[in-house]
Amino acid sequence: MKKNWKELDIALIVKKGGTAQDFKTGDWRSSKPLWDQEKCKQCLICWLFCPDSSIEVKDGKMTGIDYEHCKGCGICAKECPFKAISMEEEKK
Amino acid sequence: MSNIVAKTGNEAMAEAMRQINPDVVAAYPITPATEIVQIFSSFVSDGKVDTVFVPTESEHSAISACIGAAASGARVMTGTSSQGLALMHEILFIASGLRLPMVICEVNRALSAPINIHCDHSDTMASRDAGWIQIFSEDPQEAYDQTILAMKLSEDIFFPAMVTTDGFIISHAMSRLEMYSDKEVQDFLGEHKTPYNILDTEKPMTVGSIVLQDFYMEIRTQMAAEMFKAKAKIQDAYAEFNKKMNRNYNVIEKYFMDDAEYVIVALGSTAGSARYLCEKLRENNEKVGVVKPRVFRPFFAPELVEILENAKGVAVLDRSDMMSSTGGHLFNELKSAFYGNAKQPPMKNYIYGLGGRDINMSDIEKVLHDIKEFSVSKVKDSDVKYITVRE
Ligand code: SF4
Ligand code: SF4
Repeated sequence: MKKNWKELDIALIVKKGGTAQDFKTGDWRSSKPLWDQEKCKQCLICWLFCPDSSIEVKDGKMTGIDYEHCKGCGICAKECPFKAISMEEEKK
Repeated sequence: MSNIVAKTGNEAMAEAMRQINPDVVAAYPITPATEIVQIFSSFVSDGKVDTVFVPTESEHSAISACIGAAASGARVMTGTSSQGLALMHEILFIASGLRLPMVICEVNRALSAPINIHCDHSDTMASRDAGWIQIFSEDPQEAYDQTILAMKLSEDIFFPAMVTTDGFIISHAMSRLEMYSDKEVQDFLGEHKTPYNILDTEKPMTVGSIVLQDFYMEIRTQMAAEMFKAKAKIQDAYAEFNKKMNRNYNVIEKYFMDDAEYVIVALGSTAGSARYLCEKLRENNEKVGVVKPRVFRPFFAPELVEILENAKGVAVLDRSDMMSSTGGHLFNELKSAFYGNAKQPPMKNYIYGLGGRDINMSDIEKVLHDIKEFSVSKVKDSDVKYITVRE
């Protein structure tokens, strides 16, 4: 349960530093990119285009999508030359 | 030991600042408040205070520097007026939202356009919803006392406070000032209190982080509740000040209110003129009285209703207009305070003295005649009247 108004610290200070890292900016996404590993040719066009650095890459290979920061803009799906990414509406 | 001197409102506020000896003062000059920080900067140069003085390039920067300093655990003050306070507007909300104690010595002055450097309350009233404590003063003595009081109060409730005088009428008018010793002021203030300190390396923290739909409602609700609670603490602060500094101040001052039938409600210097007039009229047994709210924010609505509800007529003097077709700020607050109250005294608004236009005894006397007429005839003409104006 999130704290109610009586339980919050004054001015909503956060009692630690570097908190920007903990801020999940992807939680207001209305549609979600789905990656089809089978179709993917690892061209990394999606990685190049994603405005939110949400294409996860390891050792030069795409490994998935960072849903904690992905805004669901759909650019990756549009740009993928192999239609390996499709968009699906978020169900909340 | 008190020391009796002659000082203007600005000098009195500068002296209060010297005795408070804040850690940081960041300021930008503006008529008619310039002298406050100018005199204070001499205290800094002369080594009479331990303050770090930050001369900034604008009021926006001045109040921003104040926020940074206050969040770092410093005791902070500044001074401004009119366009300067308006330029601070954006940052005023940040100071209160971050719950940082600080005091602005604010000299009430009209807002442009047309440009005008003289007194009215438009500037302070335009910041009334910023989450600041707002205190009005009638003369240099009150400005001095309430500046000291506000510093302590602000640290007790973690809301910033502005103490105001009336431009030129108080800021540049010399009068008798009874000053405390530096030690008495320091003893009254006690240990500096701060809600948090971002420079505390033992306890790293994030201040001013983004808060969206999930917590903004909660934190603003908490702030509103704290402001509500602050009302009792403000009353306590006045009581403590009276006791320690040998004064007799109330959040709302009442003059001749035991049996007054017709009452003038006014802020700041005009309350003094109204009181003087009532003293004269009382010699002819006219049952007139004056109510002077010192604190405009938070607004002491039920307390004012209780004081005014038995009057036969209430004349509310506003030195500011909301340009909403509904009259001035004090009038709108009082009218809404009376909503749903069993007793509804006839109430009328008189907007006066904009841009420093004088208000004389004869003007206030006319107001008393008018409110009497209004309450007897109950004629429902406009309840907002512009006075001290060429017709
Ligand atoms: S939908 Fe937009 S934000 Fe999300 S991974 Fe694709 S390009 Fe990046
Ligand atoms: S653009 Fe398409 S094919 Fe290329 S790496 Fe991304 S998902 Fe794979």
